[in-house]
Parts: sequence; C-alpha cells; structure tokens
Amino acid sequence: MSELLRDLIYDYTLRNVALGSALLGIVSGVLGTYAVLRRQGLLGDTLAHAALPGICIAFLLTGSRAQLPLLLGAGIAGWVGTMILLAIVRRTVLSEDAALGIVLSTFFGFGVLLLTYINQRVDANQAGLDKYLFGQAAALIESDVIIFAILGGIALALVLLFYKEFKLLAFDPEFAGSLGFGTTKLSILLTSLIVVAVVIGLQTVGVVLMAAMLIGPAAAARQWTDRLGIMIVLSAAFGAMAGVTGALLSFTQQGLPTGPTIVLALTVIVVVSLAFAPARGLVWEWLRRQRQRRAFALDVARLKAEGHLR
Amino acid sequence: MSSELAVPLTGVLVASACALLGSFLILRRMAMMSDAISHAILPGLVAGYVLAQGPNLLAGFLGATLAAAVTVTAVEVLKRTRRVDGGAAIGIVFPAMFALGTVLVTWRFSDIHLDADAILFGSIEFVAFDTVTFNGRDLGPQSIWVMSGLCLLNLLFVGLLYKELKLTTFDAGLAAALGFSPVIVHYGLMLVLSITSVGAFSAVGAVLVVALVIVPAATAYLLTDRLAVMIPLSVVIGAVSALIGYRVAIALDASISGAMVTATGALFGLALLFSPSQGLVARAWQTRRNRAAIASQMLVVHLFNHERAPDRDEENSVEHLSDGLRWSPARTDMAIAGASRRGWVVRANGYLELTEPGRQTARLVLAR
Repeated sequence: MSELLRDLIYDYTLRNVALGSALLGIVSGVLGTYAVLRRQGLLGDTLAHAALPGICIAFLLTGSRAQLPLLLGAGIAGWVGTMILLAIVRRTVLSEDAALGIVLSTFFGFGVLLLTYINQRVDANQAGLDKYLFGQAAALIESDVIIFAILGGIALALVLLFYKEFKLLAFDPEFAGSLGFGTTKLSILLTSLIVVAVVIGLQTVGVVLMAAMLIGPAAAARQWTDRLGIMIVLSAAFGAMAGVTGALLSFTQQGLPTGPTIVLALTVIVVVSLAFAPARGLVWEWLRRQRQRRAFALDVARLKAEGHLR
Repeated sequence: MSSELAVPLTGVLVASACALLGSFLILRRMAMMSDAISHAILPGLVAGYVLAQGPNLLAGFLGATLAAAVTVTAVEVLKRTRRVDGGAAIGIVFPAMFALGTVLVTWRFSDIHLDADAILFGSIEFVAFDTVTFNGRDLGPQSIWVMSGLCLLNLLFVGLLYKELKLTTFDAGLAAALGFSPVIVHYGLMLVLSITSVGAFSAVGAVLVVALVIVPAATAYLLTDRLAVMIPLSVVIGAVSALIGYRVAIALDASISGAMVTATGALFGLALLFSPSQGLVARAWQTRRNRAAIASQMLVVHLFNHERAPDRDEENSVEHLSDGLRWSPARTDMAIAGASRRGWVVRANGYLELTEPGRQTARLVLAR
C-alpha cells in the first residue's frame, strides 16, 4: 500500500495517469451535475461521438497530431453537432431522443470514414488517432495533464463565475428567462463547457465511455443531497475517486485497460449510492416498506383479535 | 461468391433488417435505447465466445441476447426507482456493460480475434471469406444467410404484429384497454432489436448499428406521416444508403460501414433541408411567405384607416410609410410589392391608393 502511494507520487507514468484521470473526473463531475439536472445526460454521449470527425479533419488540415488543433477540431465538431441537434428538435417532428441518436451515429460514421481514409494513407501509428476511440489514459504524458489542467481550470472558473445563472437555468429556465437572463446564451455556454469536458475525456476514456463520466458521478451525488453546491462537490469527488481508482487498478493489475476500469469503478460508486445513500437509498426504502408491511399485518391481526375486523 | 457481390449484398440486407424496426423505435422515442443495446451486447458476445471456446454463431447470439435483456431490464428498473431520469439510466447502464466487455476482451484474451476496430466499425469487408459449408458444399457467405434470416424475422414480426405495434406505439392506454399488452409488445420489440443488433454487430460494429436502425426511419418520418409508407420508405432509404456507401468506400479505400452510415447521414441531411413539409428550407420559405402576407395585410389596414382621415396624403405617401408603420424600408417594399401583386393597392404618383378588393381585405382583417 505504502509502495503504491510512493509510486503515485514518484512514478512518472502513474502520476500522470492518476492526475489526468482525476482531473477528468472532477471536470466531468462538475459539468455532469448540470447535464443530469437538466435531463441532458446523453448530450455528452452525442458530443463525444460527434467530436471524431472534427479530430480527423483537424489532422487532415494540419497534418500533425499536435494536441491543441485536434482538441479544437473536436470542440468545433461537437459544437456543430449541437447546433444540428437543436435544429432537428426545434424545427421537425423528430424527438430529442431521435435527434441525439441521429447526430451521434452519423457524425461518428463520418468520423470512421475519415479515420480509415487517414489510416490508409498515413502510417496508423504516426496518425495515432485511434486512441480517441477507446482512450489511452495509460499513455498520458505531462504535457497532456497540463493541457487538461488549463482547460479544466477555465471551465471550472466559468462555472464558479456563472454559478447563480446556471443554478437558475438548471432548476427553472422559464423563471430565469422572465428575469431577463439570456437562457439560450447560458445554455450554449454550458454546452460548450461540456464540450471541454468531453475533449479531456476523449483521450482518457474514449468516445464510448464518455457518457458514463458525465452521468455517473452526478447521478451518484444526487442520491446523497438535495443541495446543488454539495452535489457539485460530491460529484467532482466521486469522479476523481473513480479516476484515481481506475488508474491504480490498471497500474497494479497487468492488462486491465485504464478507461474501462475507471468506468467500472464509477459504476460501483453509482450502485452503492443508489442502494445506500442516507435518505434516498433503495435498501433503506425496501427496509422501511418491510417494516410498514409488518406493522400493518400486526395491526390487522390485533384488530381481528379484538373483533373489529373479520 | 466474390467480395464485389457479397459485401454490398450484406450491406443492403443489414440496412434493410435494421430499418424495418427503426420506424417504431423513432416513434416510441427509443432511439437511444437501441444505441444502448448495440453497445451492451459486447460482454454477451465475449461470454459466448468463452463458453463455446471460439467463434460460434449460436453462442454469440445467446450471450448477446442475454446481455441485451439484462440491459433493457436494468434501464427499466433504474427508471422505475425514480432516482434518475430515463436518459441518465441509459447512460449509466450501457457504458458499464461496454466497459465490462472491453475489460473481458483485453484482460482475459489479449490474443482474441475481437479487436478494437472490429468492435467499433465491424468487418463487413471480410464477409465473403466466412462461408458456410453443408455436406461439403459451399453455400456462400455466412453473413448473407444470417442477415437474410434477420430480414425475414423482422418482416414477419412487423407484418404479423403490425396492428399491435401501431396501436401500442400511438396509444398505449387504448391498447391496454382493448386487451393488447403494451409490455409484451415492448419486450418483443426489444428482443427482435437485440437479435438484429447482434447480427449487424459483426458487419458494422457497435456504434454504427444504431445509425442503420434509426436514421433511415427518421429520414422517412421527415417525408411522410403515414406509418404504412414510412416503414417501406425507410427500408428503401437504408438499402440505397448501403449501396452508395459501398461505392464511396471503394472509391476512397476507406471503411465501408463508415461510408454506409455517412450516406444515411447525407440522405437525412437532404431530407432535413429539402423535405416538402418538414424541411428547413420549406419552413424558412413558409415563414417568409407568412411574414410577407401579414405585412401586406397590415399595409392595407393602415391605408384603410387613413383613407378618410385628414392626414391621408401625409400617411399614404410611399416615403412616409416606413416611418408610419415603423418598418425598415426593405420590409415596406416587400409589403407594397405583395399588396400590389394581390391587386390590393395601386401606385399613383408617389401615393398608394387602395383598390376595392384592398378595402374588402382590410375590412375582413379588421373584422377578424
């Protein structure tokens, strides 16, 4: 154990992986809180898939796999996807559910087309875009972590700055609008911040598992509290916990991939929270029901014995 | 059978089988549920592989269908606890299943055939090499047999249960009152969707299955609002996308499944822009026309109100209209053009005169 702790601080690889995963957990935990409260959890899933063609186009344009242009491409593609999503939801008969699925799958399909096109022409290892599919937390280096910290820091600072506005937007958007807040602008800002979280997540856990990083911590935190501030902090803590646990487990167990391990650790946190959170825990509710049922049976038996009931 | 024939044929069959179910999933708002299922079958496929000690069609189908059943049930149970909303329930369950599948693959069998690309994009390129032999006779590619079977299954499912599916989709309450069980129909649909996803998984991979299921149906929904038209139309759109995708992929030397899905996306984009009833262009045109019509009506009402007033000449001069109605000059021009075209006003040396039809229109508008 102490050896593991020493590795966590001094081992270059493990430190970067754990730090990067923790940062992802915190940023997606905080932004996921708003996504879950606004019932937009799956938006993150769609944004993550929609980012792939952006990464490929950025690579085709710049010809290099320098970090920032690729992330910028991912961000822009995610953003375009969101705009198309809004156009479908607002202007056609199709539901939001259908719009999410359409943008997710067609953008991703286009991304796959571009990716395979690139891999036919450039040496696949040189392009190295495959890592965005499943994530490659184990390959995070110090410069990645620094970029994560800067991007995440900006996103968190904005959340802090717009705390009151986002709170209003999450709980009562009509009221926010009536008070004169630009709800559309705020909504776009919040979505853009989620894109930032997705961009960090793509490299760590990959396209498919990003949904879990946004939804899991927030859904778990929601069970423990009814207060937004506490929920955000808890959600960030759960995200970070899952990130570090996943990093440590995959470091010590040969062959355990980091991203999926993070998601499985997160799933455990979600299940425990759903079952055992103090007020909303399903186990407590079940016990309460059992108690009530027994009490009711006793009452009935007593009333029967006293002749009030037959 | 050569690849030039087997691959596009498999593509068309996969797309048709998927599209047959798509209409109901779109109308029931279960698009993301089908996304969840196509991801969540991964651990089941791997488990089937382990139990059969190698690639085995039946074991794969059983494992994957079981995994899909677990996923559907878990999402329903989570939703019913009312602790999380439907979207979050999906977003908790399917990544967990997918992560479990990935961990199983990489942890236990690093040498397994199920590699990352095959999971995400499928391997339709190689279907011609995986043939079925019976009594020593080559019966052609396995995928064609499997996907034909799935097409038939889905055709039978939709054909035999059409009435039940339609009723439970549009009015679950009425269906229940009439004695149809919406729950049984729901789970039946989930079952055939799962089986279809497993079949399509090996050809086009986890993420792209959902595109073939929902995108053609969504495209058809933009073009018609009749279910009986929507279903065959979505099958045609799916099949056409598969063929276009195949040609494009060959030309670019890129992923066939990616190109097929891109083609469905492109067709959806065309419908989104140009559908006569729902399209963005038609909608924008409609809005513009309405705006112009209302502007012309307002103009005649304005002229009518000032016709007998002392400031008539002042208000009805073309230059003053912009000020009087507080319209931009462009909007004023549009209103005047519209009103003259309808024969409501005539222009006489810088002034606008109402015609008799114009007066009638103004009275009608004011009476409304």
